[in-house]
Amino acid sequence: MIDSSTNNKVLEVKDLKTYFYTDDGVVKAVDGVSFDLKKGETLGIVGETGSGKSVTALSILRLIPEPPGKIVNGEIIFNGTDLLKLDKKDLQRFRGNRISMIFQDPMTSLNPVYNIGNQIMESVIIHRKLKKEDAMKEAVRLLKMVGISEARKRLSSYPHEFSGGMRQRVMIAMAIANTPDVLIADEPTTALDVTIQAQILELVDDIKQKTNSSIILITHDLGVVAKYAKRVLVMYAGKPVEFSTVDNIFYRPRHPYTLGLMNSITRLDEEKREKLKPIVGSPPSLIDLPDGCAFYKRCEFATDACTCSCPPLKEIEKDHFVGCYNASDILKTRKENN
Amino acid sequence: MDKNTLLEVKNLKKYYNLRGGFLFQSSSGIIKAVDDVSFSIDEGETFGLVGESGCGKSTTARVVLRLIQHSSGSVIYDGKDLFSLNRNQMFKIRRDIQIIFQDPYASLSPRMTIGDIISEPLEIHKIGNKNKRIKRVKELLDVVGLNPEHLSRYPHEFSGGQRQRIGIARALALTPRLLLCDEPVSALDVSVQAQILNLLADLQKEFNLTYLFIAHDLSVVKHVSNKVGVMYLGKLVEIAVSADLYSKPLHPYTMGLLSAVPIPDPKLERQRKRIVLEGDVPSPLNPPSGCTFHPRCPIAKDICSKEIPALKNYDKNGKEHYAACFFAGKSI
Repeated sequence: MIDSSTNNKVLEVKDLKTYFYTDDGVVKAVDGVSFDLKKGETLGIVGETGSGKSVTALSILRLIPEPPGKIVNGEIIFNGTDLLKLDKKDLQRFRGNRISMIFQDPMTSLNPVYNIGNQIMESVIIHRKLKKEDAMKEAVRLLKMVGISEARKRLSSYPHEFSGGMRQRVMIAMAIANTPDVLIADEPTTALDVTIQAQILELVDDIKQKTNSSIILITHDLGVVAKYAKRVLVMYAGKPVEFSTVDNIFYRPRHPYTLGLMNSITRLDEEKREKLKPIVGSPPSLIDLPDGCAFYKRCEFATDACTCSCPPLKEIEKDHFVGCYNASDILKTRKENN
Repeated sequence: MDKNTLLEVKNLKKYYNLRGGFLFQSSSGIIKAVDDVSFSIDEGETFGLVGESGCGKSTTARVVLRLIQHSSGSVIYDGKDLFSLNRNQMFKIRRDIQIIFQDPYASLSPRMTIGDIISEPLEIHKIGNKNKRIKRVKELLDVVGLNPEHLSRYPHEFSGGQRQRIGIARALALTPRLLLCDEPVSALDVSVQAQILNLLADLQKEFNLTYLFIAHDLSVVKHVSNKVGVMYLGKLVEIAVSADLYSKPLHPYTMGLLSAVPIPDPKLERQRKRIVLEGDVPSPLNPPSGCTFHPRCPIAKDICSKEIPALKNYDKNGKEHYAACFFAGKSI
């Protein structure tokens, strides 16, 4: 990945490992994740429940509850600074300021006892040291920007007076309050209905265009990824399994898990299929992962090599990284199917 | 109709009276959770019911099963009016109509083994003796793709997808004819979702089951349904054969819904023009006048806020394609 675009990288995550030490054993929630985020791009992270998407996001902001969690390895380089080396006070200059986050559940991520205005103003007062009146003006501007009408009146409303979609808009207003360079959206629309989901995603995309910020979009919805992401990281059981451009991931997947995902989804634009082709079995427990590739028990391409050691992520063609020993077999199968 | 209609829902209504005050209760409003809903399902077919949260999909299923008391209307199952049956008769009919719930974590008792969970309906209906019931449970576990030897395990030992299989086995225990599936796959991951959808399709073929399939995911409903009904704020706004509804939707809400779902195909998405419906679903406590969709509708005219459009058949080729809109079929 060393090319002219190196300077373009806003964020680089290298070999991140976040483990949780529980009574039942060590949960390797994130185990060796590396990726980079370019300026102005939307990077999608997909994977199923428990694949480590959210823990990756929380690790970037160092929001992992410690104990039981711990970031045991890795570097998170933001514009040349390793966030993992900073002390709490220095970290505060970045968190919520240069990098901010939109959480999944707008029902629980807003504080029910403070009004909307205070919650938005808090972040601008802390980071930009604005006076209360200026902060209030800023909050009104932000609410207008996220499409909330009668913004001034709404400042004194409490979260319970808002619908799910409106709360998510408030969350977005808080997240973009300091025009961050990186916006992490963790399943921003999963809790919302489809028509509201469309509104919120359009809003996030619109804000990205206006502020030229970069977005990490975490989702399990492949449709959302297809629409908004430029590059995609596919995760499985805490490990990255495929990382490439959105077109490669959708049209030329090389990891059997990615291929399985593509075959499992029901699509709105196709005629009724007789049968879906699901991935057999269910995801493994993160406490006792099999030796070797975490996916091999569910994999139709698995060979002996897969049971011995975990295949590292390798660049098999330009900008296409795959963690599978049999990536070339998959290419063959795919050609036969078409 | 050549086919045998198994379930017919006619003008079904479920209203909730809201009461205010503590000592002197007064009616402070009515919520029309299900408002004049009519549809029918043929034997061996699947009727999909879609809509956003709070539109009345689940309430409809629960009223059909008489888990919730209806306000008015009727439900005819296999020629019998369910609402006119007494307790005893209804008890017998329940063997025929079973339900699969959305949340496989909440719908199985954590203190019962899966053997007990699946044999409970058999016990309640006094079918077979203990040994026969155990045999039947093993058979059912095999049918839904679980290991029959696992019957003495507890739900927490199973994953979400496996739990949903247990829920399906329980629903099948009494060899029902009609299954109400209330969001059966929405709590599951995509790869597991596909497994359950395939299982439901296999079971339907094998046992000639009829499904009322409730979901908010339009692509899942398209995959499983023969006929689809779209609900908005307690009303059915469009009903048609699945292929027609998805290829030429008539109601602007259906068009908006379909357009809102992103398609997992990057090239297609780059070209696709999206219609984003504005605003939120209004509160059912204080619904808009006339057509309840008019404040969000891109093609609404004066008449839409004054009169309520009736559900009418717009198909010209002798088929059925119902929509409740004054400007049905007009593009938005």
